[in-house]
Amino acid sequence: MNMDMSQYLDLFLDESREHVDNMNQKLLELEKKPDDLSVLNEIFRSAHTLKGMSSTMGFDDMADLTHHMENVLDDLKEGELSADTFTVDVLFRCLDRLQLMLDNIREGGSGGINSSDLVDLLDQIRNRELVEEKETGVQHAAAIAEPVSPEALEPEPSEPPIVPDMNEYELAVIREAFARQLNVFYIKVLVDPDCLMKQVRAFMVFKALEEDGDVIKSDPPAQELDEGRYGEGFEVILVSKAEEDDIRSRLEQISEIRVADIQKLNAGAFYTAPPSVKTGQVTTTESSKQPTKDSDIAGDSGPTQERVQKIRQTVRVDIQRLDNLMNLVGELVINKGRLEQIGQSQKITELNETIEQIDRITTDLQNEVMKVRMVPIKQVFNRFPRMVRDLAHELEKEVNFILEGEETELDRTVIDEIGDPLMHLLRNAIDHGLEIPEERVALGKPRIGLVKLSARHEGNNVFIEVIDDGKGISVQDIKRKALEKGMITPKESEQMDADSAISLLFRPGFSTAENVTDVSGRGVGLDVVKSKIESLNGDISVEFQPGKGTIFRIRLPLTLAIIQALLVGVGDETYAIPLGSVDETTMLSRDEIKLVQNQEVVLLRGSVLPLARLHQLLQVPKEQGADDSVYVVVVRKGDKRTGLVCDNLIGQQDIVIKSLGKLLSGIGGLAGATILGDGQVALILDVGTLF
Amino acid sequence: MELLAENQNATSTEEIQVVVFKLGQEEYAVDILSVQEINKLLRVTRVPKAPYCIEGVINLRGNVIPLINLHKRFGLGKLEKTEETRIIVFEYQDIRAGIIVDEVTEVSRLKVTDIEQASRVYGSLDADFISGVGKMDGRLIILLNLAKLLEI
Repeated sequence: MNMDMSQYLDLFLDESREHVDNMNQKLLELEKKPDDLSVLNEIFRSAHTLKGMSSTMGFDDMADLTHHMENVLDDLKEGELSADTFTVDVLFRCLDRLQLMLDNIREGGSGGINSSDLVDLLDQIRNRELVEEKETGVQHAAAIAEPVSPEALEPEPSEPPIVPDMNEYELAVIREAFARQLNVFYIKVLVDPDCLMKQVRAFMVFKALEEDGDVIKSDPPAQELDEGRYGEGFEVILVSKAEEDDIRSRLEQISEIRVADIQKLNAGAFYTAPPSVKTGQVTTTESSKQPTKDSDIAGDSGPTQERVQKIRQTVRVDIQRLDNLMNLVGELVINKGRLEQIGQSQKITELNETIEQIDRITTDLQNEVMKVRMVPIKQVFNRFPRMVRDLAHELEKEVNFILEGEETELDRTVIDEIGDPLMHLLRNAIDHGLEIPEERVALGKPRIGLVKLSARHEGNNVFIEVIDDGKGISVQDIKRKALEKGMITPKESEQMDADSAISLLFRPGFSTAENVTDVSGRGVGLDVVKSKIESLNGDISVEFQPGKGTIFRIRLPLTLAIIQALLVGVGDETYAIPLGSVDETTMLSRDEIKLVQNQEVVLLRGSVLPLARLHQLLQVPKEQGADDSVYVVVVRKGDKRTGLVCDNLIGQQDIVIKSLGKLLSGIGGLAGATILGDGQVALILDVGTLF
Repeated sequence: MELLAENQNATSTEEIQVVVFKLGQEEYAVDILSVQEINKLLRVTRVPKAPYCIEGVINLRGNVIPLINLHKRFGLGKLEKTEETRIIVFEYQDIRAGIIVDEVTEVSRLKVTDIEQASRVYGSLDADFISGVGKMDGRLIILLNLAKLLEI
């Protein structure tokens, strides 16, 4: 790999990952609809792009594997192979291998993983079919029978031609050129992302190309190129006397310009392509497809603003930078808090007005930065269909897997963490929830089980549900199991209500699976899922009906970085309680506190509320004052309410969550720390693990 | 041990720079390359249920950093907070922490050949935290191994 390539490495990795993800998805679709040509075309395009990119970058093993995949895909497209289970399986395995290679490259390797085993399998697929269908006609004959596929007309299977969106006039010019024995090229050039004067580069490219030819179409249009209004590069169709090599070398002499693709176009494509091709079939890569369509619309729409929105110009930003930005906003919020304190003590009207302004601006800024950090949950959801498929195969179950609300956005820190818990719940649903097909039929249920993963926004929270229509859970089973495991005593079991029984599910060491399978029941249970979700400031609940199914419901906050909290004073110390877990606050006089079985309780509006003293929970050195009244913060932990007794309520405030660091991680009852307006560190209480 | 391992192939003229500080009556030092900054003692927030030798956390320009009380760690009696009390902030493998010391006396150079390996000098349990003992103008200075300090 030469030096120049290394700067494209990130881009390569990002795009490759997108292509592999895309192929995974489309392959799943293909499995359901083996004859769907548009799906096949898309897989093929991704494979082709991957091949091109990896060989450009010098990752030969990857290029080799994708080349062989492409061959099989091409045969599939031509109808010479059928997408049977074996073929799809092998292709899936290839994708897994590609993922491995990409991981290796990301870690600084060369992606050099020998894939001859898969290549053999791929060849085997092709040969097997060839033997079976030896007498199938020549490729061309087969291809012409496929009217929707202009690529099929290309004699070389590895090179799909480019037939961009063209009008009648342009097509006529091209046909004319072919008639005059001129060459027609599709050329894609990329411009250095750091290039400052893009219009100059575009001009130089055009000048070089038009030395002995004509650019008959460019995308984006020439006018926009002249003004430098284009993204990473542009594409042109060139009619020229020159040969490919001449053009390439001429272009490569221009600095900051890289030739991404030159293809000599085949006359056939322009004569026989059915008229419908003109609108839809843009057979370039994903990235170039978008601008093609949009720029045509943009051509006649005046305002720049609208144009920007349509082209959806995006910038790839290092995640670290976003984190830094969020930190800075955090600092700002802290200092805003400080200003507010000063404002309150000084009572200067002008100052207070300014502080109000700053407050508004900071809030806007905070919201905006938060939005930037939001990513659609699709990123996580996308890997599940494949997993569900594999798992269903393995367990010999039939699953109809439905994804809903993939567009729901969450902070990226949450996104990074939520994958494993969801994976676990899905495995549970398929392994423990769904019955085997025969059993389902016997029970009068549809043979194919339903598993649904859905996400939606609600207020400042996101709800994610894992739903199955399997056998559900019964409270009796839970109790029996807990008894067997010695988690509860027989007496407890009798007295236990349904809710507490359900909460046993989330206790360590509990697993209802009758037999431990490869899939679940390996000791990592719902307790891990629960603690993970609670560490994200969320909670999880379960609903079920025996015989009907189970719903696991996860609630997550939109963001983790800045939250609203209630500040309370305990002795000389200040603690923050996330507002999300606070139900209400109240003041009690001392004699209202009663003792029931050594547990302090209070009667709050007719219901009994157990109390916990923060002084004791937090081992505060200073004794609690002997005032007649105490403040109580009523918090919710799961379905239970508890009153936390503290000395005073300081107020509600936006706080920035800071980690306590590795050295102090895992201390029960603490969710992190925050910095108050006066620069002091206050600890954030984690209601879930506090008591 | 880190310090020593690095210095074993050193020639006799090689020196390391160390920050020398006092804990009670004893003189200690750490390699200056591992020290991020030395600061006056800031307001410490106690952390409930934290390990015994963690004094608490401080706000160091927007970062929350735990402080290790070496008096407790080494059983040196009660830490007295005075005008001279300082914190030495260091970072080791992404973990940032500070130690509270009674006084930072100097920054000086120590010849590698003047460092005795700890195991020859110390037999006690604490030998782990000590990467060596340096001889400087007739004084004995205990070189701390900060990495080991973090293994609470």
